[in-house]
Amino acid sequence: MKPTAPTARAAGLVACSVCHLLCPGKPAARPDGAHRCPRCGARLHSRKPDSIARTWALVIAACIFYIPANVLPMTTVTSLGAVQSDTIMSGVIYFVQSGSWPIALVIFIASVFVPLLKLAILGYLLISVQRQSRKRQKDRTRLYLVTEAVGRWSMLDVFVVTILVALVNLGALATIQAGPAALHFAAVVVITMFAAMSFDPRLIWDAWQAKETSDE
Amino acid sequence: MHLMACHECDFLQKIPPVPEGSAALCARCGSLLLRNKPKSFQRPLALLMAGAILFVMFNAFPFLTFKKGGLVHETYVATGIRDLADQGMPHLAALVAFNLLIAPGLHLLAFLYVLVPVSLNRRAPGMFRVFRYLRLLQPWHMVEIFMLGVLVSMVKLAKMAQIIPGVAVYSLTAFIFVMAAASAAIDPHEVWERWEAPR
Repeated sequence: MKPTAPTARAAGLVACSVCHLLCPGKPAARPDGAHRCPRCGARLHSRKPDSIARTWALVIAACIFYIPANVLPMTTVTSLGAVQSDTIMSGVIYFVQSGSWPIALVIFIASVFVPLLKLAILGYLLISVQRQSRKRQKDRTRLYLVTEAVGRWSMLDVFVVTILVALVNLGALATIQAGPAALHFAAVVVITMFAAMSFDPRLIWDAWQAKETSDE
Repeated sequence: MHLMACHECDFLQKIPPVPEGSAALCARCGSLLLRNKPKSFQRPLALLMAGAILFVMFNAFPFLTFKKGGLVHETYVATGIRDLADQGMPHLAALVAFNLLIAPGLHLLAFLYVLVPVSLNRRAPGMFRVFRYLRLLQPWHMVEIFMLGVLVSMVKLAKMAQIIPGVAVYSLTAFIFVMAAASAAIDPHEVWERWEAPR
């Protein structure tokens, strides 16, 4: 028999996902049947429940919301009767044309590039886990951690809309209205944040011993 | 020596005592296991108190003012949230309010609730549960992203009018740094370890 990596699961333990307390894997029975951390009360899971299915579902949902978020108007400016709608991309193009390309770059990265990259990376991680790939596990773990940390910055455009709506609210002279894309875009950000949270990076490492030990 | 499982890869390993100012990394995947920070609650508490004052300030004082000729339109941080709700987007308004006001406010309160008794060597009822909620709340508190949004909006409107930053903008900036410094000064394990210590 080949040696297996000493994981908490192999040792019959569960590490609490919030406070990192090592708990016995087989719980003392509780009235509600849930296995909870005795210290902080978080539910204990050796691996996040249905991680792959949940993450796929959320990734697909986010992909669907991503389309209206980019096609529909993010803001509608009404100035002295003239109405102009802007999508995310037309906002970026406006900044490029007016010369403030650093701002254009910030918006492009936060609103277009990061959400797409995040969905692509989560898809790649899911497929690699499902294929029980044992390649570059360390790099994939790091990729996951970066993806999880960076996703929230996509909320930038939603905040910009909030500020513009408040500032340019001058009655008949000029107003900015939030467009339907703002809600869809916020949904993309929130759903991808949940998708990243529901993915379990420990699955990347389970392939290490999947071939030797049977899964419990 | 104590036993710890890596949060990212489940690798079980023995960790020798970590000297102050150093960190332990997972031997298999290289993720951060724990960092030994200076054992003092004075600094994070002082920063959190400052954070509480700044939180009140950025809500109470004028935020950005739109000025064009004789036309002056003053806004507060909450103005945009109210306007979004008025425009028929209550969900979006609620999300922004959560990211900007509710999550940071709860974060601050929960931190103080746990740390004030701990610094006096006592325990607040349910403090470990509250400390858990605090960790779960963290990613949803997005004041620093909002601040970048302020910058983008000011550039966007620069050609249209003069945008004057008010006291709330400076308070918000200070709040971000103070809260980041407070989080950096706290060693969460120092709180969790109280669980094993006798009362």
